[in-house]
Amino acid sequence: MPLGYFLGLSAIMFTVGVLGVILRRNALVIFMSLELMFNAANLVFVTYASYYQILIGQIFVFFVMAVAAAEVAVGLALMVAIFRTKHSIDIDQMSSLKG
Amino acid sequence: MTRMIDIYSILPVMIVAGWALLLLVVDLWIPRHRKGITALLAAIGLAIALGFVLASSGNTILGFNQMVVLDGFSSFMQVLFLVSGMVAVALAYDYIQRMNINHGEFYVLMMFSIAGMMLMSQAYNLLMVFLALELLSIPLYVLTGFARTRLESEEASLKYFLLGAFASGFVLYGTALIFSATGQLDFVGIAAVVTAGSANSVLFLIGAALLLVGFGFKIAAVPFQMWTPDVYQGAPTPVTAFMSVAVKAAGFAALMRVFLVLFPSLSEHLTPILWVMAALTMIVGNIVALAQNNIKRMLAYSAIAHAGYILMAFVAFGNGEVVGNTVAATLFYLVAYGLTSFGAWALVIVIEREYGKGILLDDLAGIGKHYPWLGVAMLVFMLSFAGVPLTMGFWGKFYLFRTAVQAGYIGLAIIGLLTSVASAYYYLRVVVYMFMKPGEPKLQINPWVSLVIGVAALAVLLLSLIPWTILELASRAVLLLQ
Amino acid sequence: MLMEFLPLLIILLLAVFIGVFVVVLGSTFGPKRPGQRKNSPYESGMVPYGPAKRRISVRYYLIAVLFILFDIEVVFLVPWAVVVRQIGVPGLVFMIIFVLILEVAHLYAWKKGALEWD
Repeated sequence: MPLGYFLGLSAIMFTVGVLGVILRRNALVIFMSLELMFNAANLVFVTYASYYQILIGQIFVFFVMAVAAAEVAVGLALMVAIFRTKHSIDIDQMSSLKG
Repeated sequence: MTRMIDIYSILPVMIVAGWALLLLVVDLWIPRHRKGITALLAAIGLAIALGFVLASSGNTILGFNQMVVLDGFSSFMQVLFLVSGMVAVALAYDYIQRMNINHGEFYVLMMFSIAGMMLMSQAYNLLMVFLALELLSIPLYVLTGFARTRLESEEASLKYFLLGAFASGFVLYGTALIFSATGQLDFVGIAAVVTAGSANSVLFLIGAALLLVGFGFKIAAVPFQMWTPDVYQGAPTPVTAFMSVAVKAAGFAALMRVFLVLFPSLSEHLTPILWVMAALTMIVGNIVALAQNNIKRMLAYSAIAHAGYILMAFVAFGNGEVVGNTVAATLFYLVAYGLTSFGAWALVIVIEREYGKGILLDDLAGIGKHYPWLGVAMLVFMLSFAGVPLTMGFWGKFYLFRTAVQAGYIGLAIIGLLTSVASAYYYLRVVVYMFMKPGEPKLQINPWVSLVIGVAALAVLLLSLIPWTILELASRAVLLLQ
Repeated sequence: MLMEFLPLLIILLLAVFIGVFVVVLGSTFGPKRPGQRKNSPYESGMVPYGPAKRRISVRYYLIAVLFILFDIEVVFLVPWAVVVRQIGVPGLVFMIIFVLILEVAHLYAWKKGALEWD
């Protein structure tokens, strides 16, 4: 299959992720959109790792997965903490910081 | 295979990271009321690493199959990060006791973040850039939310996390596109492919633009600055001080390393974008700061504006003749800005009494009269921030403007000059409130914080007289170009 | 290239067939004696009480987050295990360092009481 398909799919995934982060208001959904952005990059890495026959593209994906897990842990912990304080994770209601 | 020289090239990073891991375990057995021991141990670890950085400076080594580099630029930056870390520990020690968030993890997280910054200054492979970026960011998300159950801190943390991860997504996708265009991840390989002309130029350009967006978030350049005021206000103040100095410096380290080595060939396309970003950052930062009553938010916008000045010198990144001056002027400015900024934030820490309230201008009333030396120190910092002639901030701006003019961006230099004059208004207003308004402030001043204020004020004064010593050091901190 | 996936397709079809076949077999030939007990959600289990949407203990999230972290790190163990004979002792040393770092995290979580349910 031509590379263009993979690149196109990843570009669509990335755009959907970016739009999700910008347009959605629920922190958890934004979080999932972020993961979509990361995985769009992963798709490019594995595609071109196989195209160029270079292993580091695949290794990069391992690192992205591990880092994304660390980020998920921190993000979920933050969301649990904030939900316990104010019973909502809607980012439109986060207005205690104003100037 | 791993050689000794590889280990040697990143020894300071390994010391900081390893020390932080040990400290995490040791801290478990330190009782709650004696967390000063943890602070002391953290400072010792940073000092040891600083010794190793100084001992290994002056060498140029490519280690671990060109994954990392040790050069003058990285050594200079690492000294900056480590000193920032020690200052932040000194500032935090009293503050986190007072705000009742006295946990040893504070110092451990800070050390991890510093390790990430140090790695960032040494990264010579896009994989390392990404890992260093995450290693420096993730602990900071937690540190921002460290005053847990305080809503301000939690909200700031979530905002910082979402936008920080968003920026990481851009950096990651940009990296992926550069990999797709060149089939390489290390800087040596990418530069070689680009020179040979066999890279896919469209993908390469889009990748570079996405990296610029990602780093733009980290250095808080307009239009990627919207998180800055909220996060700076909501985070514990020592963390804010640390962010405003060290994270900004780390962002610029990444920007300079990546753009100067990889993208000089794209300067034709990227320079106009950078020009607009620099102009907007200077204008928006300074204009919005004029309207701020809250000192924390004012300093946050001022931090944005200062990033704009540095970007101004960076616009000419593709011009090989001025690049040396750009690096030297930027490093000088980061030192000048760092000293001043730490001093100003330390004063905020002294005055701040209740978490999340921030400080309004009215809270400053009378401080100049009752605590004259605090007032004088603030005067020094504000004059230096405003760039009043013969202060350190002035010399920093002078070198940046000179670089911009040298590269032919006179319009940008004029914008910088005008906004800089406008900024004098809100900086001097702080001093006016301190000295001219009557008030009865009651402050409890911790010796460590006053030490930071005193040393920062003295350093700013002293270096205002002999700025060329730092510039000389900065000029010798050569960035290894391929 | 697509022929490589033929076995997968066969397995897929077979799995769907068996699943459908068993269900159809049971519903066609099985005896049907509906009653109140028969229609309860868990026929031989406890009688359910309370609404299905309850707040879950925050401990659950803690364990889940820890699980994500330690689970994903295994991603580095797998490629190492594949080539462990080729890379020999240096590879083993680096993997020991890696696991020790994870062990620090484990020790921290343990001492902080994150692994205890109550």
